[in-house]
Amino acid sequence: MKEFDLATTTVRELNQALHEQASDVTEKEWTVTNPKGSHNLAVGLDAPVNVAIQGHAGYFCAGMNKSANVTVHGNAGQGVAENMMSGVVRVKGDASQAAGATAQGGLLVIEGNAGARCGISMKGVDIVVKGSVGHMSCFMGQSGSLVVCGDAGEALGDSLYEVHIYVKGSVKSLGADCIEKEMRAEHIEELTGLLAKAGVEEDPAAFTRYGSARQLYTFKVDNASAY
Amino acid sequence: MSNDINKKNATLKESATFDRATMAEIRRAAETGIYDIRGFGAKRKVPHFDDLLFLGASMSRYPLEGYRETCNTSVTLGDRFAKKPIVLDTPVTIAGMSFGALSANAKEALGRGASIAGTSTTTGDGGMTPEERGQSKKLVYQYLPSRYGMNPDDLRKADAIEVVLGQGAKPGGGGMLLGQKITDRVAKMRNLPKGIDQRSACRHPDWTGPDDLAIKIQELREITDWQVPIYIKVGATRTYYDVKLAVKAGADVIVVDGMQGGTAATQDVFIEHVGIPTMAAIPQAVQALQEMGMHRKVQLIVSGGIRNGADVAKCMALGADAVAIGTAALVALGCNDPRWEEDYQKIGSAAGFYDDYQEGKDPAGISTQDPELMKRLDPVAAGNRLANYLRVLTLEAQTLARACGKNDLRNLEPEDLVALNVEAAAMARVPLAGTTWIPGQQY
Amino acid sequence: MCGIVGLYLKNDKYENKLGELFEPMLIAMTDRGPDSAGFAIYGDDVTGDWVKFTLRHPEEDYDWAGLTESLTGALGCAIEWMQNANVAVLKLEASEASVREWLGVNASDVLILSAGQSIEILKEVGLPENITSKFNLSRMKGSHIIGHTRMATESAVTMEGSHPFSTGSDLCLVHNGSLSNHNRLRERLKREGITFETENDSEVAAGYLTWRLNNGDSLQTALENALKDLDGFFTFTIGTKDGFAVMRDPIACKPAVLAETEDYVAMASEYQALTTLPGIENATVWEPEPATFYIWERK
Repeated sequence: MKEFDLATTTVRELNQALHEQASDVTEKEWTVTNPKGSHNLAVGLDAPVNVAIQGHAGYFCAGMNKSANVTVHGNAGQGVAENMMSGVVRVKGDASQAAGATAQGGLLVIEGNAGARCGISMKGVDIVVKGSVGHMSCFMGQSGSLVVCGDAGEALGDSLYEVHIYVKGSVKSLGADCIEKEMRAEHIEELTGLLAKAGVEEDPAAFTRYGSARQLYTFKVDNASAY
Repeated sequence: MSNDINKKNATLKESATFDRATMAEIRRAAETGIYDIRGFGAKRKVPHFDDLLFLGASMSRYPLEGYRETCNTSVTLGDRFAKKPIVLDTPVTIAGMSFGALSANAKEALGRGASIAGTSTTTGDGGMTPEERGQSKKLVYQYLPSRYGMNPDDLRKADAIEVVLGQGAKPGGGGMLLGQKITDRVAKMRNLPKGIDQRSACRHPDWTGPDDLAIKIQELREITDWQVPIYIKVGATRTYYDVKLAVKAGADVIVVDGMQGGTAATQDVFIEHVGIPTMAAIPQAVQALQEMGMHRKVQLIVSGGIRNGADVAKCMALGADAVAIGTAALVALGCNDPRWEEDYQKIGSAAGFYDDYQEGKDPAGISTQDPELMKRLDPVAAGNRLANYLRVLTLEAQTLARACGKNDLRNLEPEDLVALNVEAAAMARVPLAGTTWIPGQQY
Repeated sequence: MCGIVGLYLKNDKYENKLGELFEPMLIAMTDRGPDSAGFAIYGDDVTGDWVKFTLRHPEEDYDWAGLTESLTGALGCAIEWMQNANVAVLKLEASEASVREWLGVNASDVLILSAGQSIEILKEVGLPENITSKFNLSRMKGSHIIGHTRMATESAVTMEGSHPFSTGSDLCLVHNGSLSNHNRLRERLKREGITFETENDSEVAAGYLTWRLNNGDSLQTALENALKDLDGFFTFTIGTKDGFAVMRDPIACKPAVLAETEDYVAMASEYQALTTLPGIENATVWEPEPATFYIWERK
């Protein structure tokens, strides 16, 4: 177990040490103490290591993560796991806005609530939120899955492409081109898998599926008011 | 009979406000119900570098001989924080243009030509292709609002990272690629369904404003272990404030793209009516840097309508450290070449006028994804053409610099220039030729 | 662009330590705003016919004694005053208008930073840590305080352009973001009698609220009107004599974090500014919703 106390070492030293694991994993378990909302913790990781952040993280925690398991034992600032490629990021508390922004793979689990724009422009990541998500979540979501066990804010899935959105609670309003869709057997199966992966106990049948109406895929003059 | 027609034509008066092109556009809008989308940069005439002249040698200023009396053209970019700044043999770089907007062959040709000339190329709004990374010795990787194709492996392969806030053709507009150019390969790279019209974000998804950009730049530095320079690119609008904010946000290099800068596709009204001319942006940028004590410490690259060595030299004289070419590079590769005149005519255009890059039917094989058209561009031959053109730009700039007595392109100064008209004098902040008058200096 | 912070005490437990608790919050926001910093502290109230002014002169050896003597002589009023670096805090038994008028005629080189019965604004160009030590913030006491660190966007880095802005009695505002229709609004507000010192968009927001409050709006109604009439991106923290309010625009891109315990409500642009507050580990921490008003007022 390698411990980094950010009261006495720098974020630069932490990230450098973690980056060195990319060529050769010499230490699998890492714990970071006294994060106190510092930004850019554990960014750009590229190794199957486990990193535990003991406290609140600032912006972009685990940004561009590959392969690593990062757990924030606290809240995370904006852009947690942004552009993640693979691996798992888990936030025990709440996540601020743009959680999982543009992420292409891996799993992001938020045990509290996520702020606005959760999964904005997501490109393949799976996001599971135990609580609720804020407004404009999944804005321009391209692919992947977003599971919300709580409620969703205004304009869910605005300008949506092909993300599968599952919401158990209420949706304040749907964004342009986002509609309610039928939950078929394959969706129940997919959702069951996602909930299991995230370690979240919920009944998939209680969720509603949302997806793209695909009316904005080519420009039609009658849709001009959507723009 | 012909006399009558000639007499009639002599009395026909065209409106300057509602000329034929304007009327045709109104008819097109009435027919389709959608704005006109096209490629290329602003086509209307705006004050530009042709309105400036160098003073040259005189009784008080002596020229340098060619060859032995060297005029240095190399420039180092990004030495403020990065461990590996970019060293170029010429201050002319290749601007960001996406794979998707351009064919793979075109991106490869740009890489080849730039490497021969000892300069850099830049990826665009679609990600890094192996062809470009393979051929381009110095590759700047763009970081855009869409984040298409963005990934940390490519980030770590880049020689510099360019955070794009906007571009001169459409400051405030996101990327645009229509369905006809979203092939399997493009769709895969951008993670989009094939054949749809791409909608793009105009703001970055996880930060807004220079205070949050400062944190994002730190993140990019952390991911790349502080090895490479970070550029910030803006379209020319409130350039004075933008440059100050870019410095405060932590940029190593600032790229300012004037309204004449090209695009692969956006609304014609955006191209023609938003942003300021390149020449008007440069003195604002330089003043901002000087006031912060950062001129030459944070380097300035300017782009938007750079066509010849005189334009390059004038940008340097106004205080830029380097320039970027986009449209000119494509023309060097073969864009709008009269050899394809027949094909241009077939698609309703003509050589020298073609700007429908968004259609993806480019007869020159450059702004297309059509495999048959693409074959018309041989990356090796086209790369050589680009290298030749870059060589000419550099030689021309050196010629002018030597005539002004400079042994380094960056020793050119605004005092080497005069203007031909009042607008250019005011925008470039140099005197009207034959006078000491710089209009608007007190503001 | 900027960093904003605020601390509102729900009881008097920490009133003697208000400045001491606030100082690290302001300094934590230095990266967001290296150009200038300022704060508005509420406390040491005057009552009845008394009014409190904070005045500034560029020179630290300015003759405040002479000024106050002339002022009280002219107005025939009682006064208590003290100097803090190049700022003087004056308490006078006089009307705000008469003091403003006298200063305008007889000491036009003195800048009025704030006026009211509770508020004291201190601000300066430079790094936040220099400003907090210059004004001895850590020794100050009060009931609530808001502060700002500035990264100038479309206007110059000057003293006048620093926040907090006060355009009305006991009112102040700090802003993170960028308004897009402030120029025309400024002209409209000038016609309504509001005066401005700068070209700054944040000053327009402060002027707008003053105008609404002068017209009888409650704080809540004034904020509702602001949401309708102001365009752009903003997180605002507002201070009034008894109150403290936070709001974000409907798009809500600019950050904001709130933390509440039994004893205080704290606000900051980034969580890391709150980490030194007592009991923060157990505080309720949340982010304000867009287009929603969070108002705390002492009755």
